[in-house]
Amino acid sequence: MSIVAEVARWLADPAHWGGSDGIPTRVAEHVALSAAATGVAVVLALPLGVYLGHARRFDFGAINIGNIGRALPSLALLAFALPVSFALGLGLGFWPTLFAMVPLGIPPILTNSVTAVREVDRDVVDAARGMGMSGWELMRLVEIPIAAPLIIAGVRNAAVAIVATATLGAVVAGGGLGRYLVDGLARQEYARLVAGAMLVALLAIATELVFGLFERLVVSAGVRRELSLAATLQ
Amino acid sequence: MSAGEPLIRWDWILLHLGDVAQRVAQHLMLTGIAVGVGFVLSLALGVWSARRPRLYSSVTWAAGVLYTIPSLALFALLVPFTGLSLLTAEIGLVSYTLLILIRNIVAGIRAVPPEVRDAALGMGYTPRQILWRVELPLALGVIVAGVRVAMITTIGLVTVTALIGQGGLGFFIIDGIQRFFSTPLIVGASLSILLAIVVDGLLVRLERLATPWAR
Repeated sequence: MSIVAEVARWLADPAHWGGSDGIPTRVAEHVALSAAATGVAVVLALPLGVYLGHARRFDFGAINIGNIGRALPSLALLAFALPVSFALGLGLGFWPTLFAMVPLGIPPILTNSVTAVREVDRDVVDAARGMGMSGWELMRLVEIPIAAPLIIAGVRNAAVAIVATATLGAVVAGGGLGRYLVDGLARQEYARLVAGAMLVALLAIATELVFGLFERLVVSAGVRRELSLAATLQ
Repeated sequence: MSAGEPLIRWDWILLHLGDVAQRVAQHLMLTGIAVGVGFVLSLALGVWSARRPRLYSSVTWAAGVLYTIPSLALFALLVPFTGLSLLTAEIGLVSYTLLILIRNIVAGIRAVPPEVRDAALGMGYTPRQILWRVELPLALGVIVAGVRVAMITTIGLVTVTALIGQGGLGFFIIDGIQRFFSTPLIVGASLSILLAIVVDGLLVRLERLATPWAR
């Protein structure tokens, strides 16, 4: 039987759509873990990045830390997270994966939010100050809306990297869709392996699309028009 | 990770120095092939699409989809066809270099001032000569920046190929996880990060040597 038919049969098998190793459970685990990690990374990095960009203080330092962070390989992070998790008595699975994912999510969010806010047109900022806006108002009403597309792009990149790393969580006995890959490889069950890989790929692409949609909803029409104009001129 | 076991056992490292050297060499080979092949493909695609905006957006769209697919999933999709082989690892690793390299090659070529191109044209350069003698040398800084990112990313991703029987230093990470033995795990993870930093430093030096006019 060809691999395509095998995968189709695996996916059509009702046994794979229920229970603790079923597709809905594994997708839910994967999404929950990724959402938790992205959430923590956003809370840690986004306010800090926006503030540093606004205050124009330590901004280059933040960008550099962000760039260094990008060099951290996900499997190495997972490797370091494992002894930490054991030392804290949290064991295998969810926690070490979360520990590995958060530092992976921080750099793109930090770099993008610092850069985005810092690069807001100085004339616009001066005009807002001239109109009597306080620092807080300036940030909330001017800098963040203008910086929004780049900030969201940073969160999107972080989320996609996190969804990918959540797959590796299965290596340290975590749940999620990575289970199908690790088990499929271990048992040489290619139908499970390929079906799992397709689901992971779809989830990553879906993450990208969801953030694209979110950007359309959040970014103001004026900023979007400016962006598309800049893209055509390039 | 088990009770009473130190985080790092130096005697294990001393005993396995030969293995470590061999895995470092394998890591560098896997990375070198991936970035080398990726660069040739990206140069062809980048030069071809740099002045064709519509083609460029389709090329980056396709490379972007490849880039979005998590590495382990991409390797897994290939395993039924190419097995647990070097080829499987390299197809995946090359795929991840494309987006970064194509973007930088095209950005570099597009950033060449039109006056410079006009001057070369006026001096009788053919389009091919303009590409090789004017555009690519001037784009070198941006291109090397792309190669650096591709190199660092690939060094990280090579560790994941340990799950399909390749892996370089990733072998120690997986070995450590499977045996609950923290020494190889830490050795593999630290050396892969160190390797990325060293290679990046070397590329910066190489770039300085290759672009004497920028100094």
